[in-house]
Amino acid sequence: MASSSSNSPCAACKFLRRKCQPECVFAPYFPPDQPQKFANVHKVFGASNVTKLLNELHPHQREDAVNSLAYEADMRLRDPVYGCVGVISLLQHQLRQLQMDLTCAKSELSKYQNLQGITSHGLIAAAAAAAASHHSNNILNNQYNFLSSSRERERDINLISSTTTGIGIGTGGGGGGRGSADQYNSISHHQFFPRDQQQQQMIRTFDQAAAGNINYDASSLLAMNVSAGIPFQQPRAAAGDDRRTIDPS
Amino acid sequence: MASSSSYSSSCNSPCAACKFLRRKCMPDCVFAPYFPPEEPHKFANVHKIFGASNVSKLLNEVLPHQREDAVNSLAYEAEARIKDPVYGCVGAISVLQRQVLRLQKELDATNADLLRYAGASCNRGTGRGSHHGQNSGLYSFSSPWSSSHDPYGDHRN
Repeated sequence: MASSSSNSPCAACKFLRRKCQPECVFAPYFPPDQPQKFANVHKVFGASNVTKLLNELHPHQREDAVNSLAYEADMRLRDPVYGCVGVISLLQHQLRQLQMDLTCAKSELSKYQNLQGITSHGLIAAAAAAAASHHSNNILNNQYNFLSSSRERERDINLISSTTTGIGIGTGGGGGGRGSADQYNSISHHQFFPRDQQQQQMIRTFDQAAAGNINYDASSLLAMNVSAGIPFQQPRAAAGDDRRTIDPS
Repeated sequence: MASSSSYSSSCNSPCAACKFLRRKCMPDCVFAPYFPPEEPHKFANVHKIFGASNVSKLLNEVLPHQREDAVNSLAYEAEARIKDPVYGCVGAISVLQRQVLRLQKELDATNADLLRYAGASCNRGTGRGSHHGQNSGLYSFSSPWSSSHDPYGDHRN
C-alpha cells in the first residue's frame, strides 16, 4: 500500500499533480510504481467518475473494483471499438465451439462403448444359448433373463448400464449455442465478433492479470452476473440420458 | 433511422445526449447518430460511467464506420458496471473463462477415453481397428491460453 502520507505520492496524485493527502481515496489502489494503471483508468473513465464509483462501494470491495476498472480501461485502449465486449464475444464463440466438439466426442465415444457392449453381450448370449439347451425354460425370450443366473453376467449388466448412463450419452445432442446470438439484450452479436488476433492476446493478458491481481469470488460472480442479466451463455449439458436397449441377438 | 435522427437533431428533437446535457443539439453533434432521443437511458449510463468528454474523445479516435459498434460496446459496459459496480463486465469474462477451461478439461478427458477405446479396439484385432485409425474421433480445441498444450496435434477429423 502506498505511503502517501509520508513519502511518495500515489500514482493518481502524481498524474494529477496534486498533493497526496493522507485520506486520498486513490492511494491504496494506485501505488506510485504503477503509473500506467491510473493513466489508463483516467483516460477511459476519468478521475472524478472513478472517485464517485469508489465512494459508492464498501472499502473491502474497492480493490477489486479498481482492478476490474484497470482491466477494462486497458482493454478499451487496446481495442477502442470493442474493448472488453470483444473478449466476451470471443469467449462465447469458443464456448460454443467447445460444446460442439464435446458433443461430437461424446457421440463418438458412445459408439465405441455400444460396440463394446454388443461385443461382450454377444459372447455372453452365445454362451448362454449353448447352456440353455440343458435347461427346460426358454431364457432368451427375456432380454436379460439369461444373464441373471451368473454373477459375471450381472456384473456385465451393471457395467453396460453404468457406462451408458454415467457418460450421459446423447446422440441427438446438437450442442448449445445456436441461439446465443439472441442473448445480447439489444446488441447484435455479429457486431462484436473481433476480427483480428489481438483478441487472443487480450484473453492471455486477462488470464495473467487475473492470476495475480484480480481476486474474484466465484459464487458471488455467478450470482451477480446471473441476476444482472449480462448476456453471456451458460453452457448447456452436452448430452441427455439416452440409454440404449441392447439386443442380445 | 440515422437520417431521421440527424435530421431531427437539427430541426425537431435533440439527441439523447444533448437532452441530457441540456444543450442545443447541433447538426454536427457527434452523439446524435448513436444516441437517439427515444433511448435516454443509453446515454445516461454511458455518461455516468465514462463521462461525455471521454466518450466524445473516444468517438473521434475511431473511424466513422466503427463508431456505432464503439458506442454500443460502451453502452454495454456501462450497463454492466451499473448493475455490478465492483466487477462490471469483467465478471462475465471471468465466468466465461472458467467455463471454457472446464469444458476444455472435459473434452481432454473424453479424448483420452476415445484414445483408450481406439487403442483397445486395435489391439483386439476385431477388424474394426482400421476404421478407428482413420476416424479416431479425437477433437482438439486450441485454447489461446493453452497454446503450448495441444496433446492431440492434428488428429482431429
